[in-house]
Amino acid sequence: MSRLNMVQAIQSALMAEMLLDPSVMVLGEDVGREGGVFRATEGLQEKFGPERALDTPLAESGIVGLALGLALNGMRPVAEIQFDGFMPPAWDQIISHISRIRTRSRGRFSAPLVIRIPYGGGIHAPEHHSEATEAVLVHTPGIKVVYPSTPYDAKGLLISAIRDPDPVLFLEPKRIYRAIREEVPEEAYTVPIGEARMVREGKDVTVVAWGAMVREAERAAEMAAQEGIQVEILDLRTLSPMDDQALLASVRKTGRAVVVHEAPRTCGLGAEIAARIQEEAILQLKAPVLRVTGFDTVVPLAKLEHNYIPSPERILRGIKQAMAF
Amino acid sequence: MKGFYDPSILEGVEMLQILHPDGTLDEGLRPPELTDQRIQELYREMVFLRLADQRALNLQRQGRMGTYAPYMGQEAAQVGSAVALEQGDWIFPSFREGAAMYIRGAPMGAIFAYWMGNEAAQRFPAGVRVMPISIPVGTHPLHAVGFALAAKTKKEPICTLAYFGDGGTSKGDFHEAMNMAGVLRTPTIFFCQNNQYAISVPRKIQTASRTIAQKALAYGFPGIQVDGNDLAAVYAATRLARQRALSGEGPTLIEAVTYRLGPHTTADDPTRYRSQEEVEQWQPLDPLLRVKKHLEQCCMWDEEMEESVLAFAEEKLNRAVQEAEQFPEPRPEEMFNYTLEKMPLRLEAQLRDYLSFLQGRED
Repeated sequence: MSRLNMVQAIQSALMAEMLLDPSVMVLGEDVGREGGVFRATEGLQEKFGPERALDTPLAESGIVGLALGLALNGMRPVAEIQFDGFMPPAWDQIISHISRIRTRSRGRFSAPLVIRIPYGGGIHAPEHHSEATEAVLVHTPGIKVVYPSTPYDAKGLLISAIRDPDPVLFLEPKRIYRAIREEVPEEAYTVPIGEARMVREGKDVTVVAWGAMVREAERAAEMAAQEGIQVEILDLRTLSPMDDQALLASVRKTGRAVVVHEAPRTCGLGAEIAARIQEEAILQLKAPVLRVTGFDTVVPLAKLEHNYIPSPERILRGIKQAMAF
Repeated sequence: MKGFYDPSILEGVEMLQILHPDGTLDEGLRPPELTDQRIQELYREMVFLRLADQRALNLQRQGRMGTYAPYMGQEAAQVGSAVALEQGDWIFPSFREGAAMYIRGAPMGAIFAYWMGNEAAQRFPAGVRVMPISIPVGTHPLHAVGFALAAKTKKEPICTLAYFGDGGTSKGDFHEAMNMAGVLRTPTIFFCQNNQYAISVPRKIQTASRTIAQKALAYGFPGIQVDGNDLAAVYAATRLARQRALSGEGPTLIEAVTYRLGPHTTADDPTRYRSQEEVEQWQPLDPLLRVKKHLEQCCMWDEEMEESVLAFAEEKLNRAVQEAEQFPEPRPEEMFNYTLEKMPLRLEAQLRDYLSFLQGRED
């Protein structure tokens, strides 16, 4: 056991799986010699050589399409897209091929691969480095979408993703890459895909969050506690397939739900979660499902970023609105 | 004396041609295993494939098949390249490669059944090294490169071949695939059937390059332009590319210059964008015609043989159609079953709900 931050936990997961399974490899821009721009693949090329820690030409669609070909011939590729905003060029490969090859071949072929994407805002980055488009991913059948919020979960979920028989988009909240340290076992372990994590129990209102928003929700919950509101926080961890059981159980208990995401509001994942709750638990609801989200605008640069991304104060306001209904 | 597979034999060759439209065959360039007897066998296949293509068009017109993309005129390009591969090699077809897929072992009945709207038909029998048809133009060569890279890593003595058209060479993914293959020196054959049109858009609007073959040079590997209606030239170029791939020299781009004699698909009317005169200019270059002429010149073909081959092909084709039409009707569950390996609970609920809806309606 050692205390690792999320980037170190991710590196540790890759190292552990590459040691265990010779078909596991990483590929992408700067993942080899450089060890990744965030150092998530540090030391892998030294240990496993340039073929298994493959520096590729700068072409996102190429990286992801190549990963599919590798997976079709027995490799377990973990491709890295350097930043969320550079995923769109690779999106055609994901939606046109990776998510469909199992269906298209009626199960003869599958795409057991992982696409890691440093994700979301909050690091004062240039344009295209702070995007949150997870609703589009979740809307796409045939892929899984995982989004951890702690170092321990990041390692366990990444190992599960690598071993998963289906393609997994692994979103990494880069804002908290180095913000949290916790005990992470050195050896390989798994955290199951598809299970939410109860971050904090409370009887009054459920806050549903994922990625970097979990920490903001925790801060809001602390503030709410001082005003006598007991907040329950559910970290979805896997966005697709979503843990409906955990979600509904919590909302049935509290009768109130506030969904938090940094992505734009309209047709964001909050809309799906709200729909799901009213379909299954309308009689237990004491208030409408509320959303605290980014705006239906382009993500701003550093000067306005804090206005865009939900803050603990804004989440607290959402919590109070739900309580006041 | 230089054998055929010495690459220097191609130096200075503008467009490789071995079997000329008048049926004469350049013996100096003939690959030794491509005997006249072998050519005769392949001619039988080409006749069958031409009939199969025409039958598919008819089935579509009769409402027994959906939209279909015919390959008429491209039989030499597809057969010549497909037979040049070895058993362990994989092909990555686009949507106009029915002939190549069949030659690589995909049953014609299954190919028809796919165009009749059944995905299950694309699960080819184990051992048939044919990827499912890829519709988005130019996106699948990347998979052939990745697959070949894995083969190289695992030291499997195979190559991959991606089929695409002249339109596909305009796509970004094609260039990313070429670039990746060049850098990683993968055992990949990029096989372009330049059939002169991407639906209505002629080849000259796709690229200002003088040839498509020359695009390979920019990526650091050879490109060969061949007469795509010349069975022998296509075969020879593909053998050469395969030899390069297997000896670790990396990828090759082959541009097979051919002509789509039919429409883009059954939903297309080619008279809107090309003249009858143009089509007529290409008709004497029909890939079947010159093979037949050659065989006649070798006294290995006559009208009687033609008729018996046609009759045999017809019979085989009837069986394929029957097979396609008797393909098991898919149940609604099938569209759910292959989304992920294990069906998520939410999807299971959708399936359950739909099945109970269906049952309710039947009551």
